[in-house]
Formats: sequence, C-alpha cells, structure tokens
Amino acid sequence: MTYKTRVDGRAFDETRPITAKVGVIKNAEGSAMFKIGQTTAYAAVYGPRELHPKFLQNPNTGLLRCNYNMMPFSGHGERVRPGQNRRAKEISMVTENALAPALDLKDYPNTVVDVFIELPQTDAGTRCAGICAASLALADAGFEMKDLVSSVAVGRVDERILADLNYDEEAYQCEKGVADIPVAMFPNTGEITLLQMDGDLSRQELQEALKLAKKVCQKIYEVQKQALKEKFLGESE
Amino acid sequence: MTEELLVQNKTVVVPGEPLAEGMGFLPSKGTYRDHEMIRAKRLGLVEIDGKVIKLVPLSGCYMPKTGDVIITQVFDVSFSGWRLDTATAYPAMLGVKDATSDFISRGADLTEYYNLGDNLVVKIINVTSQKLIDVTMKGPGLRKLQGGRIIKVNPNKVPRIIGKQGSMVSMIKFATNCKIIVGQNGLIWIDGTPNEELVAVNTIRMIEHLAHISGLTERVKTYLETQLGKKIEEVPPMEEQAYTPAPHPNYGEGEREHRRPQRYR
Repeated sequence: MTYKTRVDGRAFDETRPITAKVGVIKNAEGSAMFKIGQTTAYAAVYGPRELHPKFLQNPNTGLLRCNYNMMPFSGHGERVRPGQNRRAKEISMVTENALAPALDLKDYPNTVVDVFIELPQTDAGTRCAGICAASLALADAGFEMKDLVSSVAVGRVDERILADLNYDEEAYQCEKGVADIPVAMFPNTGEITLLQMDGDLSRQELQEALKLAKKVCQKIYEVQKQALKEKFLGESE
Repeated sequence: MTEELLVQNKTVVVPGEPLAEGMGFLPSKGTYRDHEMIRAKRLGLVEIDGKVIKLVPLSGCYMPKTGDVIITQVFDVSFSGWRLDTATAYPAMLGVKDATSDFISRGADLTEYYNLGDNLVVKIINVTSQKLIDVTMKGPGLRKLQGGRIIKVNPNKVPRIIGKQGSMVSMIKFATNCKIIVGQNGLIWIDGTPNEELVAVNTIRMIEHLAHISGLTERVKTYLETQLGKKIEEVPPMEEQAYTPAPHPNYGEGEREHRRPQRYR
C-alpha cells in the first residue's frame, strides 16, 4: 500500500499554512514569530554584547550563539524536561551553523550576538521553523546579512517525496519507512547551509527531495520577506 | 547585458534582495555586488542616487564614531581614569587628563570627581578598529548629569529627534521647559517638572515612531500645543547648545566620509 493522500489532505509539495511576524518581543534588539501548521517558533536577538568568558572572544569578528529550546508541554508525547539536553544542544549548534554563513559580524569584534529560539508548540519541523524565525529576527535587529535563511523539512513517506512533514507523517508506520531531511538555504542563491537526514533514501530520491526543498524554500522566503516589510510598511514613501 | 533597477527609490528591502542588475550600477553603504547583481546587505530603505545605490538602515545598534557626543554611565574606576558604559557592546575609557582641567595628584581618589553610577555626557575622541573608545569631557556642554531621567531610543532615529540644526529638540526644550541632551548612542537625558518630563518623553517616543514622515516638525508642534495647552510662538535661537551634535550627515543625503578632515577646521 502506498501513501496516496497525506494525513491532513495537503498536496505532496504543499507546506502547512505559514504565518510570520516580526518585532513580537519589544525588549529584544530584533525578534520574530514563525508558525508553520502547529509548530510555532519565537526567536529573540540580543546584542551585540560583551562576551564572557573572555577566552571565547574573537578579535576578528563577533560570535553568533543560538539557543534552541522546546517548552515542557509543547509536544505530542510526555512533558519534555526543561533545560538543555543533547538534542537541544545539537540543534542549537546546527542552527548556528545554518545562520552564520549569512551573517557578517566583522564590525563587532570581541562580542556575541545571542539568539534565543523558543518553541511553545511543536508538531515536527521545529529546527526549520526555528531557523526561519531566527533569520527574520537577525534581519530585524539590523545585522548585515548576505541573505535571509529559509528552511523546510522534506522527506519520503513510503514511496512519496513530500514537503514539510508533520508529526503524524514523521511517525508513519509503513514498509519502506520514513526519511526526514531538514534543509536550510539562501533563497536567492540556493546555497545550502543545513542538511541533515533521518532514515534512508536512494540517491535519486535525495536529489528529488532537494529539488523540492529548493522550491518550497522560495515560497517560505516570500512569506519571510512579506513579514519583514510589513513591520516597516509605514517607513517607505 | 541588461541593466535595470529592480526596486524603486525609498522602498524597504530585506537582506539579499536584488536591487539592480548590471555593472553600470555602484553598490554603496549597506549593499554588495554579487556578480552582475547588486543586493541589499541589511534591512533598510533604498536610496538611489543616479547610478549609486545605498541603504539607510532602519534598525541596528549604535556604532561609536569619533566626534559623537554620547551619554554614558560610570561603571568602574581605575588608577588612571573611569570606565564608562556606552550602551553598546564596548566600554569607553575616560582618562584623568580628559576628565577635568583641575589638577589631580597621583593616587588621588578619583571617585571624588565621578563615582560609580554617575551619568556623564562625553565626546568620543578616538575609536580603534577593536572598538576601544576614548572619550573626553573637555568641551562645551560636556558634564556630569544630575537629576532628570534617561530614556533609550533607537539610535537610527536620533538625527530625526535632533532635527535640522537641532530644530526639533530645541522646540521640545522650549515648549516643555525641560533640559534635554540627546546622545548619539540613543540615550536621551531629560530634566524638568514631572509633568513636563512626561510630555517630553511622549513627544520623543512619537518622533521615534513617526521618524519617516515628512513635515514631522509641524505635527510635533501641534502635539506639544495640545498636550501643554499653550501656543508655541517663535522658538528662540539656540544658546548653550553647543553640545547638541549636528544631525548625522549620514541621514538623507551626503556620506559621512565626505566631511572635511579635522586638520582643516
């Protein structure tokens, strides 16, 4: 039996409904909310500020520090224990690596820019939502960036290549199994800054999945762009 | 080879957004060239000047520049001077020689001059590539602040709050009878009666919010008149305002780099 229709009735290359908003946290230098289906991510940027301990300082450039946090009752399963765990540390690290190539902090030597990503509600695709929110928040804070970063998870359920898997699809029981590939890229140039995979895929399937990811990232980019411009709508004449 | 502008003048663009295509255009502040394309490097307002494309930033933190007057707070006292919090990622150093023309003997207790927590209006005399900031208190209007309150605004809106030749801030000063000092780092000191201070703060918040609107001076005038219930006649020309820095040459037209070098002054 193949996976003919998606659990929530979406087309195979369709994402869940997306809402994005910039400037949601007043005390932060920059902030954003990115919601995709039932997954909601908030990102807040603080800094540039002095970096301690001092040995971490880099006299050539500022440092980007991300903190990914899933809130205790945000998921489907049991309560997540609050605070850092191995998974959160890994995702914080890949988020940093996904955003750093876009960001230019050369003007802020010896400092750190903190990005806090909070997920009050999750339904798979959290790291992608977090990256989208964080890149909006960094742009809102006025940092120099080569490009925004758009991110989406693509994957294979049974025989089908799909965009933006939700939790039910990620946990789908089938013969061939499920593969899940979070991708982050610069939408304008198509450079990939995050590529992970859970499950297995053939070479051909992977190529197909990446092609789909690129297409979907373009759509997400449009939403991100719109959100940023909306905040400053009054500023253009 | 095609050459065309992809955005209109004075529109908001996001990082990475293509602004123009073709080698005929020149990327200026806030933009970069990516092969044939000129792209935005940050969030900002596009300004097209012939073939030169630049961005006016709408957000972002304050970058210390030589000659700027800023409001700071003492957070450390050392043998040779004071360390000041500049509301940026970098502290500033105020040396004894730059602090006062008084004679201070070696080993004197510097807290007698400026103690921890004191707010000082200072002028930046030097900024290194590593953002070590040297400041001075020798100059008109540079002093320790007593009383009043300090508010923080978006440093990108400071030129608007000051206005052309300080017109905006002197109007608020005149109307509210408050003493106001605007630091380029986005800190503003306001001193007056509680009610008048409040009006001044609200007015500044309004300017910050509506900084992009043209004819803002008139709007601020009406706002002040309704708030204070009095007519604002002629705003007297500024005296005692040497400390109010000239509006940022960066704002609107002209580049900061084009300013006359110091030695010709």
